[in-house]
Amino acid sequence: MAEPILEVANLVKEFEVRGSRGLRVVKRTVHAVSDVSFHIEVGQTLGLVGESGSGKTTVGRSILRLLEPTSGSVRFKGVELVGMGGADLRKLRREMQIVFQDPYASLDPRRSVGDAIGEPFEIQNISGDTKKKVADLLELVGLSGDHARRYPHEFSGGQRQRIGIARALALNPSMVVLDEPVSALDVSIQAGVINLLEDLQRELGLSYLFIAHDLSVVRHISTDVAVMYLGKLVELAPAEELYSRPAHPYTQALLSAVPQPNPVGERNRQRIVLQGDVPSPINPPSGCRFRTRCPIAQELCAIEEPALIDRGQGHPVACHFPTTHLVEMVGTAAV
Amino acid sequence: MGEVVLSLKDFRVSFKTLLGEVQAVRGIDLEVRAGEIFGIVGESGSGKSVTFLGMMGLLPKSALIGGSAEIGGTQLVGASKATMRAVRGKRIAMIFQDPLSALNPTHRIGAQVVEMIQSHTEMSAKQAMTRAIELLDIVGIPQPTVRARQYPHEFSGGMRQRVMIAIAIANEPEVLIADEPTTALDVTVQAQILEVMQRIQAQLGTAIVLITHDLGVVAQVADRVQVMYAGRAAERGIVDDIFSRPSHPYTLGLMRSIPALAGERLTPIAGSPPNMLYPPPGCAFAPRCEYALPICTQSIPDLRPFGELETACVRAEELQLGVVAHG
Repeated sequence: MAEPILEVANLVKEFEVRGSRGLRVVKRTVHAVSDVSFHIEVGQTLGLVGESGSGKTTVGRSILRLLEPTSGSVRFKGVELVGMGGADLRKLRREMQIVFQDPYASLDPRRSVGDAIGEPFEIQNISGDTKKKVADLLELVGLSGDHARRYPHEFSGGQRQRIGIARALALNPSMVVLDEPVSALDVSIQAGVINLLEDLQRELGLSYLFIAHDLSVVRHISTDVAVMYLGKLVELAPAEELYSRPAHPYTQALLSAVPQPNPVGERNRQRIVLQGDVPSPINPPSGCRFRTRCPIAQELCAIEEPALIDRGQGHPVACHFPTTHLVEMVGTAAV
Repeated sequence: MGEVVLSLKDFRVSFKTLLGEVQAVRGIDLEVRAGEIFGIVGESGSGKSVTFLGMMGLLPKSALIGGSAEIGGTQLVGASKATMRAVRGKRIAMIFQDPLSALNPTHRIGAQVVEMIQSHTEMSAKQAMTRAIELLDIVGIPQPTVRARQYPHEFSGGMRQRVMIAIAIANEPEVLIADEPTTALDVTVQAQILEVMQRIQAQLGTAIVLITHDLGVVAQVADRVQVMYAGRAAERGIVDDIFSRPSHPYTLGLMRSIPALAGERLTPIAGSPPNMLYPPPGCAFAPRCEYALPICTQSIPDLRPFGELETACVRAEELQLGVVAHG
């Protein structure tokens, strides 16, 4: 087994918010991430999927300490990041970078692309031929060195995302958190950025945490996939295993809800249409957090929280009644 | 197939800007038939939304609209405000990507449905409320009597989109235009909304124009589909034919870009869409097309029959891309 570059154990992130009960202002706690553990091996990609409010972005930001974890441990190359102070943290941040979803919002419109990509060198006090380095980085992501003098508005969405990637790679990181890096892009442009990410990973030996809601993109790029629901990890498995034999009811519902670009297959497909919406993370359901929408929930699910247990296939599932045949049990053929 | 309810002929939309005229829609011909779900697919800037916003008279004054758009004998291009008011919500209704900005935050949900009913009928307030609750029930909102008294902020994204559908079908329009209705929703909620739309089409016989960038959504619910690129139609046909034997290099390019269909390595489409201030001569896709020949840039190709489909690719016969797609 390869060496884990990142080990996350029992990560918890809670936010205090002000709510009201009648006219009284009360403090409430949003349980954004609850007791999440996983690890990423060198040169591999962990896909983190979930719907809005599942806590996947909060996990990414807590790992980088862009958010302060409430509790738990994040070890990067064996070094504990939680509680680490300023100078040490800054040094480690060279090695862990992030690419954001919105390539329009993450670049300063008044700074040239060269300045934006060169900024990490300034912050980290790295001397040398910054211009040359910036030109090399632009070429690495499939743009031209001349582009350094231009401004963000002169680039398309796909090109801007490449600039965001170049900036993340400026300091030779070994790990990159990719937070919905292709969600804002059209599919024909998205394909080029995905290919670029795969090439860079191979050439530079990068490890990725790939956060996304698009399940087919995640399947394509990930070595392993973790599924989150309402702040909890519900299932974790090698990508092909997860997609071919999902065992958690939520994972199965999620996969069956994704429309495939195949009209004949879609017509004959059995699908699990979940009822209702995701409950509030302020007051998550007792026991299993998915039980309020789960088609096979039983009494036990409300009483006892299912642990994320590996039942011997290297495929941990947090469910009291895991089954790979949920579609046959409760699915309805598409109308 | 049902009769034609909506027909566009040489429909055009352009915008006057300081730099010149942006030609967003450059001659669209299409017919939507009663009871079908007609998918319009394209990427950002292909003109898929602008076509229908223009038709509905919902674009700013800087938009110049040309050609013809008819719903059952009523011409919409150049129609008076009174005519448009009589058509919108009564004969054609529209729902959008973001239901929250389409609902009034200060009015109860029930009242907003009632408003739509009363703007086109003489129903009493009481009757209209009964009808509103019935509509909320049709779109699958639990406890509709209670929910009708609530405000938009008390509804989730999926529930708000159901409310928008209830408002849209209040007067049983012939055509429902759905502009990216599930793009802002999570995939499990998207499945619920698509189910509601299919049920409405089946129960009420409403023709639905489904505008989307998601080929999976089209494959799941549409009967026919038109692929758009740079303000023109690239090809059109029954969904099964388009997905199994695409005739246009752009459609093939889209399919090869999708992780679910591509193999190990994705094949992006080279380059980027044209600047619509100066659309390229001839086929707008030619500058990015691996199959382009000089003939492609000579004149703008119209849709013409090709097997079961209609295609705008002049080389469709010799290329036989449907075969390539399977190879």
